[in-house]
Amino acid sequence: MNSAARSKSSGTAKSNVADAVAPRFHVGDRVTVRAAYPIGHVRTPSYVRGKHGVIERLCGTYPNPEELAYARPGLPKLPLYRVRFLQRDVWPDYTGQPADVVEVEIYQHWLETEGQAR
Amino acid sequence: MSHEHEHAKEPLHVHRNPPRPDQDDTLTYYRAMEAAVRELLIDKGVITAEDVRRQVEDLDGRNAGRGAQMVARAWLDPAYKERMLADGAEAAEEIGFDVGPLKLIVVENTPGVHNVIVCTLCSCYPRMLLGLPPDWYKSRNYRSRVVREPRRVLAEFGTVIPDDVQIRVHDSTADMRYLVAPMRPEGTENWSEAELARLVTRDSMIGVALADRASR
Repeated sequence: MNSAARSKSSGTAKSNVADAVAPRFHVGDRVTVRAAYPIGHVRTPSYVRGKHGVIERLCGTYPNPEELAYARPGLPKLPLYRVRFLQRDVWPDYTGQPADVVEVEIYQHWLETEGQAR
Repeated sequence: MSHEHEHAKEPLHVHRNPPRPDQDDTLTYYRAMEAAVRELLIDKGVITAEDVRRQVEDLDGRNAGRGAQMVARAWLDPAYKERMLADGAEAAEEIGFDVGPLKLIVVENTPGVHNVIVCTLCSCYPRMLLGLPPDWYKSRNYRSRVVREPRRVLAEFGTVIPDDVQIRVHDSTADMRYLVAPMRPEGTENWSEAELARLVTRDSMIGVALADRASR
C-alpha cells in the first residue's frame, strides 16, 4: 500500500485538505501545553500540562480523539505534533542527566506559543 | 539449604498445588458483550467462527521477528535505513509486512542517544511488527516510572546507560507507534541479515535492552 492509500484509510473516505485545520506551528517552535483539565477522553498526559517544550515534528492531521471517543466524527482533522520536553522541565526532582528528554504526541488545540499561554 | 534437605525436615509434607484457575472463567460485562456481539455476527452470517479463529491465530502468530528483520536490513543497507527513518510503515511494507493504517516512527539509537518506548495512557505498541506486548509493558509500574526515572527503570532491566548518552523517552499518546532501532553490535561485520536479525530482540526494539552478541 502506498502512503496515499494509507492516509486515505486512516481517515474518512471522503476526507480532504478542507476537512483539516491548518498547522500553526513549525519544527523548533517553543510551545506551552495548556494547563486545562477537562472531563472526558483526553490524550494529553497530565504530566506535560502547563509545561514548555519544542515542536519536534508534525505527524500529520487526524480526527480529534476527544470526539471519536464518543462516536462523533472528530472533524475537522487536527494537526498532531511530537513535542520534545527536557525531563528536568517536566519533573522538578528529575534525577537523570540534564540532556534527557521525553517526547509526547500532542494535538494542536492543546498548544500555545510559549509566552502567550492563556 | 538444599531443596531435598528442606523436605527431609518435613517428611509429611505433600505437594498439593491447587489447580490454577482459568483466566476467563468469570463472565464480566465486557466478556458477555464480546460473546453476544460475536454470536450475533456469526448468526447473521456477517463473519464465521473460522474467521474469528483465523484472526486470533494471526494475532498470536505475530512476533518481534518482523521488526528484527527491518532493523537488520537497515544495518546492512544505508539507503533502506534512510527510508525506514523517514517512514517506518513504508519501510515495513517494502519488505512485505502489511501494517495497514499503522503510522510508524522508527527512532535510532546512536552512540549519543538511547531511545525507549512507553504508552503512559494505555498500552499502545507496534503489534504488527513486535506481536503482542509483554505484560510488564502494560503494567502501571513501567508506564508511570519509565517516563520519569528512565535510567533507574532501564537499570532494573540490566541496561545501564552512560551519563553522557541522552535518553529520549517516547510516549505513544496518540496516533503514532514507535520502534527503536538498536545499535549494531561490534564484531558482526561479515554477518548475514538473518544472523543479524537474531540479535535484535523484542526488548531491544522497545528500548529496555541493547542488541547484544550475547542475546543470539
